[in-house]
Amino acid sequence: MERHFDQELADLKNLILKMGAAVEAAISKSVEALKGLNAAQALEVIKEDRIIDGLENDLDERCLDLLALQQPMAVDLRFITASMKIATDLERMADLAVDIAQRALELAGKPLLKPLIDIPKLAGLAQQMTKESLDAFVNKDVVLAEQVILSDPQADLLRNSVQRELIDDYLNKDITAASRAVPLLLVARHLERICDHATNIAEDVIYMVKADVVKHHPEKLQP
Amino acid sequence: MDNTIEIKARNVFFYYGKTQALKDITLDIGKHKVTAIIGPSGCGKSTFIRLLNRMHELVPNTRVTGKILYSGWDILDTNIDAVEVRRRIGMVFQKPNPFPKSIFDNISYGLKVNGEKDRSLIQAKVEQALRKAALWPEVKDRLTDSALGLSGGQQQRLCIARSLAVESKVILFDEPCASLDPISTAKIEELILELKKDYTIIIVTHNMQQAARVSDYTAFFLLGELIEYARTQDIFTAPKDSRTEAYITGRFG
Repeated sequence: MERHFDQELADLKNLILKMGAAVEAAISKSVEALKGLNAAQALEVIKEDRIIDGLENDLDERCLDLLALQQPMAVDLRFITASMKIATDLERMADLAVDIAQRALELAGKPLLKPLIDIPKLAGLAQQMTKESLDAFVNKDVVLAEQVILSDPQADLLRNSVQRELIDDYLNKDITAASRAVPLLLVARHLERICDHATNIAEDVIYMVKADVVKHHPEKLQP
Repeated sequence: MDNTIEIKARNVFFYYGKTQALKDITLDIGKHKVTAIIGPSGCGKSTFIRLLNRMHELVPNTRVTGKILYSGWDILDTNIDAVEVRRRIGMVFQKPNPFPKSIFDNISYGLKVNGEKDRSLIQAKVEQALRKAALWPEVKDRLTDSALGLSGGQQQRLCIARSLAVESKVILFDEPCASLDPISTAKIEELILELKKDYTIIIVTHNMQQAARVSDYTAFFLLGELIEYARTQDIFTAPKDSRTEAYITGRFG
């Protein structure tokens, strides 16, 4: 039997997708702002974060209403609780895009310390993991969600490599490089955190689909 | 009258003998909305909806004051024909009460009482009412069978169809699912959500979860008083009155 409730669940899913698309755009724009040291673009990311904050509030309210009014069970319950957690992760990811935009503002107007190599790689990985975690949510794709989770160590390696290079090759040799090196260190950290949130989303997707808790159980996902 | 409001109750007091059952009830019922009335036994919720189609007149030694305004009438005004009120404002009871007649005759009865003689029109209206009540596919091949052979859930939908046939604009539900199993209950709830596009619905229920699922607005009654009346999501996520909160969280008393 088709339920009126199904339409509400479909609306909730669409709202997550809308928020996801806005977050993907924010991350991509912040990365572009950094690569091009484009202050105008960075300011746009910062300004547009309010829209994403508003979407998080909408999602929270809608999930709370559905929990209170529909007494969801089983797959419906897992879908709604996963949506609430995903909304929290998405909002944090958007905040990290704002952080990256702020680093771009700090760096704008100065020559780059060095050509960016690992940071664009890490940015590409963060964008890919974000997109795939949302695709996994939409399509209830457990295999894709597992791939996202298994990509996370790569993000850690890239961040470590950026840190090592900046510290060993620049900061240790010339402390006056700090004003140009530290923002890059932070960007690597922000991007790696975006990957962590994409991982959280993927873990929630697996719980939503299979009712299997993989969070804090790395042994369940052997590559 | 504001066209988003279907019924306005104003300062309604009601007494069974010397016992006061309703105290100063004032509330507006939204047009094409589902309004749920909840509260513990004896809170006056059933008494209130019975006033809405003049059922209180069937109980001796009762007294009512105040006004209930509907479509330019004061429903409580005894100069207004109660039969006409009941045609416009239908009631579905806790226990399905089909007439001991055929399925077809259950629906056509009200039309005939209202003076309709055109057989093909009656036939069309019976079908339309059964379709709207989501019963047509189940009964279309046995319209001449006794209505008493239907399941409880089907009988309840037949009673809803009976109201729809005489073109009621408002349908009152007094614990419509109290004697039904969960599947039949879900069908009635889906039907209520479908019907609100064209009808104004008021449902009295002990089942708070049902009120939460189907209604747009919820009124909480206690000891004959209207304690709180708000959007359903507000009542169930952030009630303003501590008595409402105690009731809906099961901490009552």
